[in-house]
Amino acid sequence: MALGLDRKELVLNLKILSRDPLYVVGAITSLTFVLTALVVSVFGTGFLPYDPDKINLSVTFLPPSSAHLFGTDNLGRDILSRVIAAAPVDAEIGFVIVGASSLLGIALGSVSGYFGGRVDEVMMRVTDLFLAFPSLVLAVAIAVALGPGINHVIEATFVAWWPIYARLARAGALSLKESQFVNAAKVAGASPFSIIRRHILPNNVSPIVVYATLDIGNAILYASVLSYLGLGAQPPQSEWGSMVYQGQNWLGSAWWVSIIPGVTIFIVALGFNLLGDALRDTLDPRYRR
Amino acid sequence: MALPDTLLKIRDLRLVIETMQGRFSVLNGVDLEIRESEIVGLVGESGSGKSTLALATIGLIPRPPAKVLEGSRILFKNEDLLGLTENEMEAIRGTGISMIFQEPLTSLNPLFTVGDQLGESVVIALERGREAAPIPGPPMAPGEARPDGKGKTVATTRSRPDDGKKLNKEEVRLRVVAWLRRVGIPDPEHSYTKYPHEMSGGMRQRVMIAMAMEAKPSLMLADEPTSALDVTTQAQILGLIRSLKNEFGTSVLFISHDLAVVAQIADRVAVMYAGMIVEEGAVGEMFESPRHPYTQALLASFPGEQSKDEKLQVIPGSVPSLKDIPPGCPFHPRCLYAMEKCKAARPVPKEVGADHRVACWLY
Repeated sequence: MALGLDRKELVLNLKILSRDPLYVVGAITSLTFVLTALVVSVFGTGFLPYDPDKINLSVTFLPPSSAHLFGTDNLGRDILSRVIAAAPVDAEIGFVIVGASSLLGIALGSVSGYFGGRVDEVMMRVTDLFLAFPSLVLAVAIAVALGPGINHVIEATFVAWWPIYARLARAGALSLKESQFVNAAKVAGASPFSIIRRHILPNNVSPIVVYATLDIGNAILYASVLSYLGLGAQPPQSEWGSMVYQGQNWLGSAWWVSIIPGVTIFIVALGFNLLGDALRDTLDPRYRR
Repeated sequence: MALPDTLLKIRDLRLVIETMQGRFSVLNGVDLEIRESEIVGLVGESGSGKSTLALATIGLIPRPPAKVLEGSRILFKNEDLLGLTENEMEAIRGTGISMIFQEPLTSLNPLFTVGDQLGESVVIALERGREAAPIPGPPMAPGEARPDGKGKTVATTRSRPDDGKKLNKEEVRLRVVAWLRRVGIPDPEHSYTKYPHEMSGGMRQRVMIAMAMEAKPSLMLADEPTSALDVTTQAQILGLIRSLKNEFGTSVLFISHDLAVVAQIADRVAVMYAGMIVEEGAVGEMFESPRHPYTQALLASFPGEQSKDEKLQVIPGSVPSLKDIPPGCPFHPRCLYAMEKCKAARPVPKEVGADHRVACWLY
């Protein structure tokens, strides 16, 4: 409701969207990812065909087969089990980075754009400071300084991540503050704080939600890069990016060790991109059909 | 005859906007008075500065780029609004001066129901400990029965909570529903839950009027409120503004480029040209014996009196660019009666009858 749709409209929109197979694929992929992550984090890895961390040197580098659908790695661990076991970690990476970035970005950007002037100058120059660094270099530098570990990767990526959201929200606020309903609220005597809270923030949310959805895949990829550089998950914990990293040594002889987790990242990123497109079509009146 | 007290007195208001493209003189010495409980119609062509005048009055002109020149005064209840800080101005908006706009769709936040938005301004007014909005009079919508006793409950509810805190939700809701009913929205209980896009233009403008009137302002600025509406709806909105004015004693500055609309609603009329008020007077007198050549030409170019074959009269030339206002009387390049004096000196407003002023060297 807060996104400008009532229930009837939402159902109708979902019906229309469900006719497009791409959106259905996007929704199913994203949902599968989220559900897998939830199930694993609640029930643990006991239900998987193999213990993802169990080393068995008698079955190293088995190619994909009926016993090991995705094959095994250099330590004889089942890659399917490891890919599934990594889902919660990668979900955490994607959602926390994007969620925190959009919260901070919407708040800062809305305030900055609405007030303009000196407030805007200071806030945006700080944002520029972060944007001026190549973001990967910035994230790597922070991750190295903090030391290896998933949480540090998330923190480092977040630092490089939020400025885009602040910029986006500021642009939204700039156009919203010129809108007639903001003027109407002003002439009714509303304070700047209540105008931001009631008129700027809510109207700023839906474009950012769309962008954030598209961005979840990117965040996972990004964090994978840090993991790939050895800054993320530490053995024996499984994480898709670090699995790609570890597998690259045997790319010529046992391609599945790094290709399978790589393809998984790709599919999840693609799924969220498709879902983001669908959301945009639903939420943005210009695309509404 | 004793005239009612003056509510708003604008004196020599000069406003320029400085941009990269140059310096635009938007208001060039506006003198205007609005008295208690009257409707003043402000007419003029596009670009004559009507809306800017309204926005400057309520303090919504961003400064810079706009700049108010030395000597300008906007006296509201004898207080110069130009000297107030943004916070002080905020306190005047709503209860002192409010405003409605031309486009009622964009004036409402698309994400909230109209009830929600009207409730917001009720709460704003009350939270700040202002005098509460009076509950409006009898229902206007035809066939709309006031729910048994409900309206009464609102009317007798203490209009201001004694501890100065928020009204409870139900009280706010009842108040909003009463307002929806007062501005003539059918089935207000149901309309309360509607989103702006589910309402027609006329209904949305009624909502805007309710929003502007909830805090019982002394002055309402109406910037072309009926220009985007069809003629039937227009008449209803005019009737509504008039009846609210009579009920609450609110003065109205009614901006329009439509002389017929102004003739219908206004008590007095001011004609604006190139950022100046060229003529000001009671509505009957102005339309019967306009004095300023511009007013005369404006009335003559209004369709209605000509026969079919006769060509519509037009005013030769066009409105001067705000970057380049002619010296002297700004109208002289287009004026049929222009004299040497008109090119040299700006005419001073002169009384030409009871409550009728004109700025023209002919008089």
